[in-house]
Amino acid sequence: MTNALEIKNNQRVQLKDIPVLPYEEFLELNTNLTKDFYFHCVNYFAWPQGNQLRLFCCIADDTTGHILLSSSVVAHDNSREYPSFSAKNLAFHVFEREIHENTGLKYSDHPWLKPVRYPVNRADRNSDISNYPFYQIESEELHEVGVGPIHAGIIEPGHFRFICNGEQILHLEIQLGYQHRGVEQLFLTPKNLLQRTVLAESIAGDTVIGHTTAFAGLWESLCDFTPGEDILHARTIASELERVAIHTGDLSAICADIAYQLGNSVFGRLRTPVINTFQKWCGCRLAKGLIRVGKNQYPVTPYMVDSLTQLFDEYEPDTYEMYDRMKTLPSVLARLERTGIVTHEQAERIGCVGMTARASGLIRDIRWTHPYLIYGQIPHQPIVKHHGDVYSRTQIRRHEISQSIRYIRDLIANVPAEGNGNPELSSPQPDSFVISLTEGWRGEICHCAITNDTGELALYKVKDPSLHNWLALALAVRNNDISDFPICNKSFNLSYCGNDL
Amino acid sequence: MRMISLLLILITSFFFTGIIIRTKSILSGRKGPGIMQPMKDIIRSLRIGSVYSKTTSFIFQLAPTVYIATILMAILFIPFGNQRGVLSFNGDFVFFAYTLALGKFFMIIASLDTGSSFEGMGASREALYSMLVEPAFFIIMGSFSLLTGFTSFVDIFSAMHFGSYVTYGLGALAAFVFAIIALIENSRMPVDDPKTHLELTMIHEVMILDNSGYDLGLILYGTNLKFAMYGALIANFFHTPGYEWYYSIPIFFGVQLAFAVTVGVVESFSARFRMNHNPQFILMFTSISLLIFLGVLLLTGKII
Repeated sequence: MTNALEIKNNQRVQLKDIPVLPYEEFLELNTNLTKDFYFHCVNYFAWPQGNQLRLFCCIADDTTGHILLSSSVVAHDNSREYPSFSAKNLAFHVFEREIHENTGLKYSDHPWLKPVRYPVNRADRNSDISNYPFYQIESEELHEVGVGPIHAGIIEPGHFRFICNGEQILHLEIQLGYQHRGVEQLFLTPKNLLQRTVLAESIAGDTVIGHTTAFAGLWESLCDFTPGEDILHARTIASELERVAIHTGDLSAICADIAYQLGNSVFGRLRTPVINTFQKWCGCRLAKGLIRVGKNQYPVTPYMVDSLTQLFDEYEPDTYEMYDRMKTLPSVLARLERTGIVTHEQAERIGCVGMTARASGLIRDIRWTHPYLIYGQIPHQPIVKHHGDVYSRTQIRRHEISQSIRYIRDLIANVPAEGNGNPELSSPQPDSFVISLTEGWRGEICHCAITNDTGELALYKVKDPSLHNWLALALAVRNNDISDFPICNKSFNLSYCGNDL
Repeated sequence: MRMISLLLILITSFFFTGIIIRTKSILSGRKGPGIMQPMKDIIRSLRIGSVYSKTTSFIFQLAPTVYIATILMAILFIPFGNQRGVLSFNGDFVFFAYTLALGKFFMIIASLDTGSSFEGMGASREALYSMLVEPAFFIIMGSFSLLTGFTSFVDIFSAMHFGSYVTYGLGALAAFVFAIIALIENSRMPVDDPKTHLELTMIHEVMILDNSGYDLGLILYGTNLKFAMYGALIANFFHTPGYEWYYSIPIFFGVQLAFAVTVGVVESFSARFRMNHNPQFILMFTSISLLIFLGVLLLTGKII
């Protein structure tokens, strides 16, 4: 039944091999596929070509580890309205909103074409955050609270508009776009690989390894370069170390938001040696510069193996003791349990990914379903919790920390010799399409690239997991106290700049 | 001599929050700032000018001054053992409570004056919790005036004779409830988190978001004064029967120190309550003060 092209993660295909379907068939195919729980959309975007738009849809098949590619060509002259995917499957909503915002493509039955990020090159220049019609309720009893984009704390800019009944939140609308830098466009302008790598590192400051691994995997596939075992090994260690570092920081921040000072300072103290290990490794605590396309810039030396072993020997007992103390403290549990619930059904309908999905019992883990790096050799079992509340998201962090440490301990026990066999990187192949999926600490990261007939980048698309998950936050806080919003927000810890690009 | 409690409270106010912050720092494994740091911050604020939003009126500029004035006014009524405060008359504890309420009222209307949605939210929370805490104070003071037959602070405290286990128990309970009232009135943990940067979870902090410079300095110093004032009230339960100054003054500072350290410990080892659990928590202390009332009824033989 499938007319889609089946490819693996990080596999290069010729552009001409991707089937082009009539729009109705395209819609039918993809919405039918995603009816199944094991299929979800990882990216759906438009590539403008003159007065036509070529739409690409990438559906991940969790059962076989394939990605199903299909495309369609539609007119780019606003002459007609198209039926939307979102009307049949809500998980497409954000992709169609983005397509509409960037290209002006009209949809006849999209539920809510809310702007995603107000990109500089948007189709409708008159649409602006200053004239955005926020959702309003005419009522004497209800009141609106607008928070941001400038916050009292040190979080990124974003605007949150609450409609409240006293202390209770009835509705939350989130409007982002303040961090827009034009990342996707910037990928096309510099011709230098190093500039592009540095750009990938700055997509989201807290997911440096996640995004750079995706970029490196994609670029190496574009150049038909097969990375050596030592490169993949080092990147896997880096990915898991980043997960440990950020999860620890999040545990600290969760404690800070419920004013549990002991947890805040202890987890904060424990995060520091982890990120300092990155500094020992590559000279940067955020791991910038660690991953470079086609080479193993900073090999895992015996010194690094010792540093990591020593780090975890000191880190593990303290972390687990602190966590055990925290999870047995009634005043902490009273704040975390049954707060900000995302039900399994909601998570599935809106297409949640990553940690947020796994906290609601929805298994989405690229390391498991579409292995990259050397995850294929690790018997990885995703950690799943079922309640979908703040406490579940806290528990997931605790268990992923110990899982990641176990993986790193296994990996450093057996470091492959530095490969001399890594060949020189050639230039990208022409007329190609590559999709690269990685599992950052927040969830699946998807980078897609298309090259033109001379091998230059013609399109680069970045998708941070936050793009899927922001709606989950808006749903989670409904009927909660407005004073519990910060702790809900922190438990998701979504990226503003990853969304805004 | 009537100035003694005023002087002691002023001295305590200089280092009270410093001790709290230092306790929290040490308990979380940090060195922490000096004891006088909060006072230095306040002095710095007092030296710089205030910025006023165009949407605010004279109420907003008036409120911090009224607030600090009412606190100073209330402090004048605090006795030191059998030594009267600067002001004292029959029924002065009622005046004391409503003088503080006047200051709070001005803070609330000033925060509404800014037109900010956060500040209105904070004002409504602060008003609710102050309202809930009021019965506890009056039940305790009412019970003690029933017990002693007097209606002013100094007469009540000097006539209170700790003769039996029951009266000791009542004194300890009353000190406990006053400590909690002080925490709630000063918007500290576990009801409010003074350290938070999250405007949606704040109570007192969000009300003063628009205050700056001199006004902010006054409000922050007001918090210190209030703490010292409640500490002095608590210390009055622990004086020796003879009220010799060489016992009373160390007892006074000892109680203040213990109070500050307790606040620091509470804030270090627990998370704050969920906002909708706060009313239950506050009402619990009203019921404890009812227990004191019951004890007084037993002692005076009004029942049984």
